[in-house]
Amino acid sequence: MRTVLPPTGPLRSGRLIAAVTVGVIGLALALSGCTATSGSSGSTTLVLYNAQHEQTTAALVAAFTKQTGIQVKIDNDDEDVLTAKIEQEGTRSPADVFFTENSNWLQQLADRGMLSKVDSTTLANVPAQDSAKDDDWVAVSARVSALVYNTRDLTAAEMPTSVLQLADPRWKGKIEIAPAETDFWPIVSSVDHTYGDAKTLAWLKGLKANAGANGVVPDNETLTADVNSGSAKIALINHYYFDRLRAETGASSIHSALSYFAAGDAGYLKTYSGAAILKSSTHQAAAQKLVAFLTSKAGQETLAKSDSFEYPLAAGVAANSADTPLRDLHPSTTFTPAEFGTGEDAKRLLQEAQLL
Amino acid sequence: MTVVRSAVRTRPNRALTIIAGAIAIVLLLPLVSLVLDAQQAGWAEFSTVLFRARSLTLLVNTVVLVITVAPLAAILGTAAAWFTEKTQLPLRRVWTVVLVLPIAMPDFVVAYAWHSIAPTAQPLAASILVMTMSTYPLVYLPVAASLRRMNPATEESARSLGLGSFAIFWRVVLPVVRTAILSGSLLVVLILISEYGAFEILRFQTFTTEVFTEFKFNPSGAGALSFPLVVLGLLVLGAETFVSGAAATATTSIRRASRMPLGRKAIGVTSGLVVLVLVAVAVPIGTLIYWLSSSQHTTLPAQATLLQATGATVGYCAAGAALAVVLALPISYLSARQSNLFARLIERSTYVTLALPGVVIALSLAFFAVNFAYGIYETSTLLIIAYALLSFPLALSCMRTSMLQVPAVLPDVGRSLGRSASFVFARVTLPLVLPGIIAGFCLVFLTSTTELTATLVLAPLGVETLTTQFWAFQSETAYGAAAPYGLVVIAIAMIPGALLALWFDRLGQRS
Repeated sequence: MRTVLPPTGPLRSGRLIAAVTVGVIGLALALSGCTATSGSSGSTTLVLYNAQHEQTTAALVAAFTKQTGIQVKIDNDDEDVLTAKIEQEGTRSPADVFFTENSNWLQQLADRGMLSKVDSTTLANVPAQDSAKDDDWVAVSARVSALVYNTRDLTAAEMPTSVLQLADPRWKGKIEIAPAETDFWPIVSSVDHTYGDAKTLAWLKGLKANAGANGVVPDNETLTADVNSGSAKIALINHYYFDRLRAETGASSIHSALSYFAAGDAGYLKTYSGAAILKSSTHQAAAQKLVAFLTSKAGQETLAKSDSFEYPLAAGVAANSADTPLRDLHPSTTFTPAEFGTGEDAKRLLQEAQLL
Repeated sequence: MTVVRSAVRTRPNRALTIIAGAIAIVLLLPLVSLVLDAQQAGWAEFSTVLFRARSLTLLVNTVVLVITVAPLAAILGTAAAWFTEKTQLPLRRVWTVVLVLPIAMPDFVVAYAWHSIAPTAQPLAASILVMTMSTYPLVYLPVAASLRRMNPATEESARSLGLGSFAIFWRVVLPVVRTAILSGSLLVVLILISEYGAFEILRFQTFTTEVFTEFKFNPSGAGALSFPLVVLGLLVLGAETFVSGAAATATTSIRRASRMPLGRKAIGVTSGLVVLVLVAVAVPIGTLIYWLSSSQHTTLPAQATLLQATGATVGYCAAGAALAVVLALPISYLSARQSNLFARLIERSTYVTLALPGVVIALSLAFFAVNFAYGIYETSTLLIIAYALLSFPLALSCMRTSMLQVPAVLPDVGRSLGRSASFVFARVTLPLVLPGIIAGFCLVFLTSTTELTATLVLAPLGVETLTTQFWAFQSETAYGAAAPYGLVVIAIAMIPGALLALWFDRLGQRS
């Protein structure tokens, strides 16, 4: 039997659904309003936006809280997303301090007038040329760019001595690159300042061709792991990614090694991780204390003993014993954070090479 | 008895329409903030980011992926539904649950598992494989439900007229399940457009992976790059509306069709399904278990214990799912009861958000919260709203399906018998749509448990969910430490996944 149902009058349940929806949403909003306002308590709690590796920051913050009693809440994310977040939050940003892996993000915020000046005593803890020239941020640790290669397929003697040689067809299908990783940008910037736009662009295109469809990866961790596993033979990273992989997997599973370019090469760089205080912070004094701690002897020693493997900058603090001593390395002396700036040149060239 | 409903649509209910419209506007806020962003960045920035050779490559990549994966998922989902619903498949009951489980697998886990097995695989091929496997259940579920509801009389007539199995499928079954295939495929396409995690791991570059990279330049550039995603989403929505036609007619039957014996083919079909489940579910879980057995050593201290992270995930996702369901109630009701253009526009417009990457939605919510509702910024409320918003279309499509199945006359009968409106709603309408509400809740819950990018941006300070903690360990290559978090995500997502399968299985049987 088939029944065709007739059209009906207005349904009362429609109005009821409307009422229920409004009621539930109203209740939810009221509840969330209560929870939102009941949060604040007496003592100072700093908010740290952290793009540095989580374990480095966790160790530093624990030592800081132990010393000062100031609590720190950490928001971990990538430095680009956190920078976007800070810019969007503007003057209402909950962040007091921003700690990044690369200095260009801090410089970008500095250029937009969003950072407070760092105390001069803090700046004096580290070499002046490592920090911002306008005192907007302070350098906390340094890293040195290096090649990592698979030791089952390649030998130290085969390693290129200049970053430009990586565009040589000899590395086709063997190299992997991570152009979206900020760590790669200072190198592009430095090559550009040394050799000019045209040559840099040709070099980037060579790198792109060598990496092929499968060789463009998101980050340095992937580069390091892929070289170690043999799915790539060579890659350009910062030295400590290799140390970190070794610390995670144990020395017995390491089938790769580091190699440095010839002294002063445009791809042989010392770059800086830094910290800054947000101008919008309502805890300026406590925020200055945290940044001061990061560069203090105690902070720098915590850093050196942690699994960060970056080089401390304060005088008299020895680097992690797993690292090659800085005095044995010979990175370019002409490339400085000031020259790197916000990384604008690097971005432009990477875009032109269609790598970004 | 077969009930064919036609022209049961009612006069617009003004209060309901206003509320549904208001909800749709809230859901479209991310689009508003995109426009504001782009305006702020200016045309120059917009055009340099958008009009270059690379954009074309990315567009081609996205389109190629969509036109391969969507048909594959549609074929796979439909075939699987056909075998579980129309044939005497051995262990049929088990398959109805197992075949839905791939939807409970986090994309980045599946991608990572396959990438570690075949690191040199071609990115497009690997992406097609992984995405087909993770999206076909979205077609399988509605098609299976639709097949169950199908009136067996038409098939029987066709058979008596001498049509073979294939001809019956092509000429009788397919026209009936067409709407279900299309609505499932629509969700698949929108999800493909906004997928990020899997493609990044598989090294396949699309507009969405580029949006993430673009944050390194400036967020407004990322906004500009999101525009093609919105346009693609709108095109797909328009096409689907055009192809599927206006209203779906629900034919229901209380009589079951006899199932086709498979005979010797059962072995072939079963092995096919086993391979499917191996690829989509067993390999990723196996990989996590393998990680678990490897070194647990890590230099990264866990920010949250397994229990804390589980608590956070379950709490936020349940609240997000509940909110999505409440918001979907008026819209699904309106679109099931009224066929006017406005109701349709409200319903359709809410699908657009599915084509936007999670991080774009997250940042736009952050923008609105910072400027207009600072009290909820950096609180769990905002993350819960994000979850509701991100998966809203999934809740809507489940609930709309079940709303369409309620004969509009039933509540009126209740009213004519002298019962109050609220009594009728509680005793007649609600019980009938409840399964749809539960299914919507489950689907939002399980997709939220596997969500990563918006969670990273919006999670309250100091709170880690299972996915963010998994990601923190995984990005440190601390796989042994990451594995337990990944396994718990899957375990939690599988419960609503199985519930969902059981509900869809029942959907056809009753009515």
